[in-house]
Amino acid sequence: MLNYVLSRLLTFVPTFIGVTLISFAFIRVLPGDPIIVMAGERGLTDERYAELSEQFGFDRPIYVQFWEYLTGVLQGDFGNSFVTKKPVWDEFFALFPATLELSICAMIFAVLLGLPAGVIAAVNRGKFFDRALMSTALVGYSMPIFWWALLLIIVFSGMLQWTPVSGRIDLIYYFPDPTGFMLIDAIASGQKGALGSAVRHLVLPTIVLGTIPLAVIARQTRSAMLEVLGEDYIRTARAKGLTAGRINGIHALRNALIPVITVIGLSVGTLLAGAILTETIFSWPGIGKWMVDSIFRRDYPVVQGGLLLIAVMVMIVNLTVDMLYGVINPKIRKR
Amino acid sequence: MSHIRKLGLALALTAFGTAASAQSLVYCSEGSPEGFDPALYTAGTTFDASSHPIYNRLTEFKVGTTEVIPGLAESWDVSDDGMTVTFSLRKGVKFHSNDAFSPSRDFNADDVIFTFNRQKNDDHPYNQVSGGTWEYFDGMSMPDLIGSIEKVDDYTVKFNLTRPEAPFIANMAMDFASIVSAEYGEAMMAAGTPELVNQAPIGTGPFKFQAYQKDAVIRYLRHDDYWGDPAKVDALIFAITPDASVRYQKVQAGECHVMAYPNPADVQAMKDAEDIMVMEQEGLNVGYLAYNTTIPPYDNANVRRALNMAIDKQAIIDVVFQGSGQIAKNPLPPTMWSYNDKITDDEYNPEKAQEMLAAEGVEGLDMKIWAMPVQRPYNPNARRMAELMQEDFAKVGVNVEIVSYEWGEYLSRSRELDRDGAILLGWTGDNGDPDNFLAVLLGCDGRENSNRAQWCHQPFEDLIQQAKVLPTQEERQPLYEEAQEIFKEQAPWATIAHSVVYMTMRPEVEGYVVHPLGGHIFNQVGLSQ
Repeated sequence: MLNYVLSRLLTFVPTFIGVTLISFAFIRVLPGDPIIVMAGERGLTDERYAELSEQFGFDRPIYVQFWEYLTGVLQGDFGNSFVTKKPVWDEFFALFPATLELSICAMIFAVLLGLPAGVIAAVNRGKFFDRALMSTALVGYSMPIFWWALLLIIVFSGMLQWTPVSGRIDLIYYFPDPTGFMLIDAIASGQKGALGSAVRHLVLPTIVLGTIPLAVIARQTRSAMLEVLGEDYIRTARAKGLTAGRINGIHALRNALIPVITVIGLSVGTLLAGAILTETIFSWPGIGKWMVDSIFRRDYPVVQGGLLLIAVMVMIVNLTVDMLYGVINPKIRKR
Repeated sequence: MSHIRKLGLALALTAFGTAASAQSLVYCSEGSPEGFDPALYTAGTTFDASSHPIYNRLTEFKVGTTEVIPGLAESWDVSDDGMTVTFSLRKGVKFHSNDAFSPSRDFNADDVIFTFNRQKNDDHPYNQVSGGTWEYFDGMSMPDLIGSIEKVDDYTVKFNLTRPEAPFIANMAMDFASIVSAEYGEAMMAAGTPELVNQAPIGTGPFKFQAYQKDAVIRYLRHDDYWGDPAKVDALIFAITPDASVRYQKVQAGECHVMAYPNPADVQAMKDAEDIMVMEQEGLNVGYLAYNTTIPPYDNANVRRALNMAIDKQAIIDVVFQGSGQIAKNPLPPTMWSYNDKITDDEYNPEKAQEMLAAEGVEGLDMKIWAMPVQRPYNPNARRMAELMQEDFAKVGVNVEIVSYEWGEYLSRSRELDRDGAILLGWTGDNGDPDNFLAVLLGCDGRENSNRAQWCHQPFEDLIQQAKVLPTQEERQPLYEEAQEIFKEQAPWATIAHSVVYMTMRPEVEGYVVHPLGGHIFNQVGLSQ
């Protein structure tokens, strides 16, 4: 197992260097000059342009800029945002907990509903429940996020007034946020009602962000289960007289989980990097919106640093998924 | 119990919804500020969160107008030659305090000198702090204009200018001129945390900064020692809500009292709703189509006028602005002093336009129209506007190709003197002075930069240069009125529209005034019980 972990960790190094280069190059390949964007309609004189170019380091050769960026990154210095002038590292870790908290909740929601739904659909293959579930999953998968979010807001926040419209907690609560995870900070604050408020604020964003992974997981579980249920050892288990619950829950599901975990792992990456629309609509202060704003402003340090940090997070998730394979399937860890 | 906890308790005990109370005004803002030192930035969102609640300036714009009134300067005196401006400062003005800093003295001349010298002098210890890009100070030509700043005594400051410039007094009311505390600056520099001047601001304004969580919330508390009329609420909260539909839902649900920038499509429903108030005012902006007046056939004023007559502006107002705009006939917006209302707009007359083009020998003209890739207050949908113009010009035999570039490229390429085509762009006023439109956008110095028509017409230039140095509004006004007549006759642009600014609020909000310069100001806004 140790060799397996080490070999996985070694693949980190070239991936990290590759991602650093790609994230550095990506924003520079896009047309648009950050200095001109910053000056807006007013424009600026050639002298001022030259001054700012020097200040931002754009007057140096591109390989020098990359080398300085790379050496900075290796020392934990991702540079300062052109816009807010704050260190990228500080901004990322001020916002990342919000994205992570929402992503974890969305994933828990998707797994808790998606796995049983997929199993039940597979066991009832071709029956009404299967068809209804898979049709719903298709709808969920195809739904435009902003439309789905606004629909939920109008119904549950506007008409029924069950949930707040947006934000992370009611504005009457004010406390320091040492961890950035609102659920934890709300408990730590000791303020009455804070946790309930934080939970209520999480409901709609969780549903919205979790809908697509839920649909994907349900469909993947169903197809993996169907494949496994046709295997000889399942027939053998039935012949042995095991209960349907034991066959489906233990023998079939465990083996069906490998492709499902792959999908979950990939979905976590998508959630971390792709919660942009959900975060924008629910005024959720995460990294998605931060990145998009920075791309529009050509805020090079934020885009390149943010992409790199997100990529590292996704790599960590993928590594964790690889470890999980090993736990679930002994054949992999012994390979 | 801390002040903050007391506020939380007070709010929790109130009956209003989940978020607010008579003590606390919640504004659903559209985005996060870039920082809290207004001199470093240029975005209105930043000024809403910094210069308006936290700071004051030597002069101020009277809220709801572009009239300049005394601020931290009680009065000012301009020398006869216009080269020296002496400000007499207000006494007894208190700065805010925070955990890291308590002021030992009141506001005085040192703060004024610190505020401007850090922007002006490259060797000032704060010149490079927080990036040190003083875009507005540079953009308003302050480094060239201000020769030196002298402290006459603790409450008198003299600005020695390099040339007379009438808009200088209005410039001192702009956001970049917000007065910061020299003592705070020195204390933070000594503590090795100079960036806190930007991140944990200290000002003299009606609200003091309490906390900020990026993309989530900004909190302010009333500054009880404020020198002017005290704020009417205990706390001001900006709930950052980027999506306009969601902002409206929050106002309806009582989670916010006031919101800015509603979707134009929602405005009618808001006006019809019983528990929602909508205020509106013409914005201090103009959207235009600038021809490149240096290349034929657009170097001919008759051709430009003919093309202007081919544009159905009313259709643009209806389709692109969805009614939330008004036709522009002048380069100045109607809320600006010296706006020349006697001028008649070009009639929409495609037949006559075609005749005029034929008379100038223009036939089968191929023309490019540049459409901006971004939404701006003066042009909510440039692509659609360009398409409408394409149809209009087709009726007079002009074949239009619509081009667009990424925003930075667009701004950059459109400055070029030999740019091919007419460009859609616009402008939002900075200081309520006509010079800020006419000289910046149409003056000879602005060519290859903010003057996208590349237009330099000596009779017009002479008028605006004369007007710039005259001391009083009464003397300047006729010159600007005449300049607008020349503009209309020469037609370097097709003036398209001035947008209308809407503010949506709950009925309990009292005293809100829509500010023509575009800021959202809550200093005198209260809540009925």
